[in-house]
Amino acid sequence: MSMCERKPLVALLGALALVSVLSACHSAPTRSGQPLGLGTPIDAAQLAAWDIDIDADGRGLPPGSGTVAAGQRIYETRCIACHGAGGQNGIADRLAGGQGSLATKTPVRTVGSFWPYATTLFDYVRRAMPFDSPQSLAPDEVYAVSAYVLHINGLLPADGRLDAASLPRIVMPNRDGFKVDDRPDVVGTRCMKDCAPGS
Amino acid sequence: MPPYLPPPGLDAGADLIADKNAKPPGRRRFLQGGAALAGGAAAATLAGPARAAGEALPVPAWTRSQGRPVANPYGQPSGFEGRVIRRVREGAQPPFPTAASSLTPLADIFGTITPNGLVFERHHAGIPDIDPEQHRLVIHGLVERPLSFSLNDLLRFPAVSRVHFLECAGNSGSEWRPARKLTVQSLHGLLSCCEWTGVSLGTLLQEVGVAPEAKWLLAEGADAAAMTRSVPLDKALDDALIVYAQNGEMLRPEQGYPLRLLLPGWEGNISVKWLRRLKLGTAPWQSRQETSKYTDLLPDGTSRQFSFVLDVKSVITGPSGGQTLKSRGRQQITGLAWSGHGRIRRVDVSIDGGRNWEEAVLQTPVLDRALTRFSLPWLWDGGPAVLQSRAVDSHGNVQPTRSQLIAARGTESAYHYNGIQSWQVLPSGEVHNVHV
Ligand code: HEC
Repeated sequence: MSMCERKPLVALLGALALVSVLSACHSAPTRSGQPLGLGTPIDAAQLAAWDIDIDADGRGLPPGSGTVAAGQRIYETRCIACHGAGGQNGIADRLAGGQGSLATKTPVRTVGSFWPYATTLFDYVRRAMPFDSPQSLAPDEVYAVSAYVLHINGLLPADGRLDAASLPRIVMPNRDGFKVDDRPDVVGTRCMKDCAPGS
Repeated sequence: MPPYLPPPGLDAGADLIADKNAKPPGRRRFLQGGAALAGGAAAATLAGPARAAGEALPVPAWTRSQGRPVANPYGQPSGFEGRVIRRVREGAQPPFPTAASSLTPLADIFGTITPNGLVFERHHAGIPDIDPEQHRLVIHGLVERPLSFSLNDLLRFPAVSRVHFLECAGNSGSEWRPARKLTVQSLHGLLSCCEWTGVSLGTLLQEVGVAPEAKWLLAEGADAAAMTRSVPLDKALDDALIVYAQNGEMLRPEQGYPLRLLLPGWEGNISVKWLRRLKLGTAPWQSRQETSKYTDLLPDGTSRQFSFVLDVKSVITGPSGGQTLKSRGRQQITGLAWSGHGRIRRVDVSIDGGRNWEEAVLQTPVLDRALTRFSLPWLWDGGPAVLQSRAVDSHGNVQPTRSQLIAARGTESAYHYNGIQSWQVLPSGEVHNVHV
């Protein structure tokens, strides 16, 4: 009988011993709690081209910077065809306006009126825009076009500039407009006979 | 888009023939009449089927000559079923066909499993053609051992198969608005159910070793949207799957080939397709798809965020919008019920717009967070009727009415609509979507 099959005895040796016995035992059947030793180690350098997420605090923002003015030039060549002049009336999502509309009957959700974090703008544009050529903008260009989108929402002056330090500090108007899921907010009732009709 | 044709089963005459040997169901399980429950005498007349004289059966050509040979490399549905296809919503002309959706033909499918070619689609940057040899899933961030897995690596882990529904959070979203005369496919077709096969995410997380401070993970796709969503670690450890197969074959490209995340019972968008990366961290990332989209705006201007679970819901798929009942008498009311909280316990059906209800029969087995088929025979007296279904799940959640939903949420929350669906049956037999 090999060590691998002597489970009762192995168990008596205690948890620590179990780990060492099993990891030395290549023919052991899969047991929960034990890594199988599959997969290839990967380091930060190997992962760099994929590791592009920016979190809500701005962690992950690359070096570089961009101005509103530079951003306007990029916007007018790379974005305007779909998103329209000034971020409005395009065939794709509206990017500007709508502040103060969320509690009305015709809410307009844009970067300026709805998005809680400016970091999301950088993250999204860098990974997915322009739609016809995703991941083609350099970090400086993403900073610049993000600065311009914030500018047309009144959130950055015409001479504004963004970098890794200033972007997370932009206070978005709807920053406190979100609450974590608090359902159930609607409770159905199971009436079977002579109920109040309705749908 | 081909014109809509009602399925052949809707012809009540055909129904009666097929039913020759079936025992008549008990009265309690048999809805009668139109808007009001008809009296016993009227129902008895309807129940006694007036069969038309039959015709002599010919021996058709296909019985007198050989059919096609074997070795059709990949089997296809009969050429007579060409109308059973995914469609974009009627009247919708998506300006960007790669950021669009197609809907499952719910009225024309049977049982509870959606055939792979009919599973609904929602993409944000089209369907990538991913070479499985080159594809990798990387798990990193707050872990002891960042690892990269090939598909071949993942196939060596213990495989898990589970049946679960998948529903887009935006499914039925047009019902927040005034009723449009659409089909069940157009209204509710961002809904499918498959047997999913893959590796338990908990197993993979064991492989990398999760750091104690990790609370969330970011899931990222390899498509041109590089779609990202933040997932609570508890869900990842509880029942999340890294899926490579659906209904017995490798994932279809439009379902995330070669790898997708599957979070049972949660809104479809978070089950990230073409999955390439999972990064563990301490807080949600606040990605575009969990802020700008997939948040539920309420009348006071605040929004509900991280509203992952899909609430209890059901819909009658036959008779349903766009169909026409061809004759009075026996009809089969059938539909689908599901809940992101657990199993379906009961489905009630009303033919009088919600005044009186009868419990429907559930097809077994009833599975956890899977589509459940319900049915109930109905004797249609030719009068107007409004058909509704109402699901109750294993946690006691009862599907609400549309009015209850709107009273609580207004009409602008876009996602998570689970109100009771009403189908009006006109004396002409036409069936339409209504709000009563
Ligand atoms: C070819 C058309 C096209 C171009 C060019 C384009 N976009 Fe977009 N954009 C889209 C589409 C389509 C979407 C929505 C994608 C989806 O459904 O997920 C979008 C979404 C966005 C959003 C998210 C909107 C929201 O409210 O959620 C932002 C921000 C954005 N684009 C910025 C840009 C910027 C900046 C550029 C230029 C660098 C750009 N886009 C170029 C088509 C385009």
